[in-house]
Amino acid sequence: MTADFDYHSLVTKTDSGLSRLDAAIEGMTCAACIGEIERGLRDLPGLGSARVNYTNRRLALEWRDETFDLSAAFSRLRRMGYELHPFELADSERTETETMRFLLRCLAIAGFAAMNIMLLSVGVWVGGDIDPETRDLFHGVSALIALPAAAFAGQPFFRSAFAALRAGRLNMDVPISLGVMLALIMSVYETVTHAEHAYFDSATMLLTFLLLGRFLDHAMRRKTRAVAANLAALRAPLASRVMDDGGETRVPVAQIKPGDLVLSRPGERLPVDGVIVSGAALLDDSLITGETARRPAQIGDSVYAGSLNFDGVLTIRVGAANGATLLDDIEKLLDKAANARSRYIRLADRVSRLYAPMVHLAALSTALFWIVRGASFHDALIAAICVLIITCPCALALAVPAVQVVASGALFRAGVLLNSADAIERLAEADTIVFDKTGTLTAPAPRVVNADSISPETLALAAQLAQASRHPLARAVAALSPEAAAIDAREQQGLGVSAMVDGIEARLGSTVFCEMTRQVEALGVLEPDVSLVAFRHGDRQALFQIRQILRSDALETINALKALGFAIEILSGDRPEAVEKIAVALGIADWRGGLSPSEKVARLDALREADRKTLMIGDGLNDAPALASAYVSISPIDAAHIAQAAADAVFLGERLQPIAVTINLARCARALMRQNLGLSVIYNIFAVPLAMAGWLTPLIAAAAMSGSSLLVTLNALRAGDGSLQKTMSSGKTYAFQPEPAE
Amino acid sequence: MTVLLFLVPLALLLGLIALVAFMWSLRSGQFDDLDGAAHRVLMDDDVEEDS
Repeated sequence: MTADFDYHSLVTKTDSGLSRLDAAIEGMTCAACIGEIERGLRDLPGLGSARVNYTNRRLALEWRDETFDLSAAFSRLRRMGYELHPFELADSERTETETMRFLLRCLAIAGFAAMNIMLLSVGVWVGGDIDPETRDLFHGVSALIALPAAAFAGQPFFRSAFAALRAGRLNMDVPISLGVMLALIMSVYETVTHAEHAYFDSATMLLTFLLLGRFLDHAMRRKTRAVAANLAALRAPLASRVMDDGGETRVPVAQIKPGDLVLSRPGERLPVDGVIVSGAALLDDSLITGETARRPAQIGDSVYAGSLNFDGVLTIRVGAANGATLLDDIEKLLDKAANARSRYIRLADRVSRLYAPMVHLAALSTALFWIVRGASFHDALIAAICVLIITCPCALALAVPAVQVVASGALFRAGVLLNSADAIERLAEADTIVFDKTGTLTAPAPRVVNADSISPETLALAAQLAQASRHPLARAVAALSPEAAAIDAREQQGLGVSAMVDGIEARLGSTVFCEMTRQVEALGVLEPDVSLVAFRHGDRQALFQIRQILRSDALETINALKALGFAIEILSGDRPEAVEKIAVALGIADWRGGLSPSEKVARLDALREADRKTLMIGDGLNDAPALASAYVSISPIDAAHIAQAAADAVFLGERLQPIAVTINLARCARALMRQNLGLSVIYNIFAVPLAMAGWLTPLIAAAAMSGSSLLVTLNALRAGDGSLQKTMSSGKTYAFQPEPAE
Repeated sequence: MTVLLFLVPLALLLGLIALVAFMWSLRSGQFDDLDGAAHRVLMDDDVEEDS
């Protein structure tokens, strides 16, 4: 590394006055690495503690005084084979962690209260000839436990219910809060009047079950978010900032301010948006516009974060956008799209919108019915509260989150990270898929396509030479044999690399550099998007043809999606000729090329007008508005930052297959959600008449509630079960077919 | 039934001790890394290395 990395901007102070740095660890493969890393760092002078979090793959370093040298820790770990990527804990993640701890605390208290009250209640239930004084004592002790416990552990529900009521809405938490509070108040009254039944156990059990569902939901989402944050740190938006004195430091992109000067070298992605102030280079804008042809950029041109610098050193002034750039357009479109998105109402909310008024109505009519029948006000109230307790959407509130937790866990294992909580439901409803071309249907990095016609020895040597260069085309050659050891080669800027091998000079680079222009002419006319890299070692020579190719399983996945009944389209910002070739190769009849971001959005709007629910899959900056305005959207992990933020889910890896898996899982999860809601309804059909008739004892209430919660949870577990997915998917397999012929 | 006056508080006390222990472990970060904890128990970090 040529410049020092300025870590100090990321160091935080802990409560106890220690300095702290969090970093994602790259290269951590197994649990044994925990010990290795922690032992390896232990004897560094001044270090307070080094603790690896294996769940998140992160390292927390804490130290007190100035004697500790942070870069020594970094270089020691690098020697051990781990790369550290320090990052700033996002506020969202920090509040998420706080919420989770709070929920866990509530859960512990509710669980403790429920178990101890149950201990006393069972005594009352099965005690038979228990004398009234003892029963009153038990009820009194129960009240002493239940009231403070519910006051603390009920907070998540009370707060949300209160917020909803203040906004003039009803949500699931309103009947929950009302039920719990009324049950407690009535139980206290019953205890004071020496009555036979109290409902402290039902109220605390209810809270425990609901908190469990909420905690699991949060835990899963937090894990997904942590992994996504790590990946973001690994892709390491580090920028080389030019200091006032002409020196250079590596800093995280978040620390770069508008007006700063940033340096970009060949082979790097530009870390920032801005204007070139010195230098010139060919830029690969495929992540920005989808255009695969390279663009020459000079002083004064606007450039965007994510462009790949091919061959020049650029100095960029950050953020000097002048209001008329592509980025501004995209941001305007994004704002508009985000407003449209929030219109979706989740399944559980739709159900509770129907359900909550019905619960209140049923309780009210029960009370009125008994009063009309001449029962005492006390008895009528008890019957009404029984209805509220029994209909408390315990199963209903667990029905959807439980499936969501299991399904997002299964997706996580399949390499798909969910960004938004309701993505699963929307994914299951999609009926049309729109693909972007560059970087989505095609692999993110260009590949050598004629490796078969080159001898293995030549290939190996060329790959070794290529290891020495950061040029994107050289990376493609190096990828042919990733294990190859780099040889000590000399790079000539803009020409290629050379090294002495067996006493003869080996060269890899442009055709001119290798003196092979004659051989290129012999190849005849090539496709416009093919780049050539030449190799010469004595009389051994080769021409590598490099181009964007389809992802390895693109055809297979498209066919599988077609078999599932999806209408498929391609919307690309690239030239129509390039798009057509891909469309023909994949057998997609509906395609458009040369689209601007707003034209993509317009096409999606047209699809919506036609009552289609569109799944948009794209990676570029130019796809971001389309991703945000589509019914649901997915991005590959190598997508532009802004596109990933706009998408509902992100998939990892080179293959497209996670998309098919995601859709199958989402459909399966949605079916289970509906089943669960159905089960809850059936439970209510049996239990509510019992409660209305006034036959309900606390024992039956507790048993019915736990039983129904258990049932929906067990049913939800099937979402992670492979056998069910298989029956839901088409069941056919498609033979793997190689990339389309030239 | 005077035994209840002794047994019920005892049962509650035991439960309360468990609750306090859980709160303490939560506060001291023992629930932050559940996967790692499962592996840490197997590490020989108390074995003195021969120098």
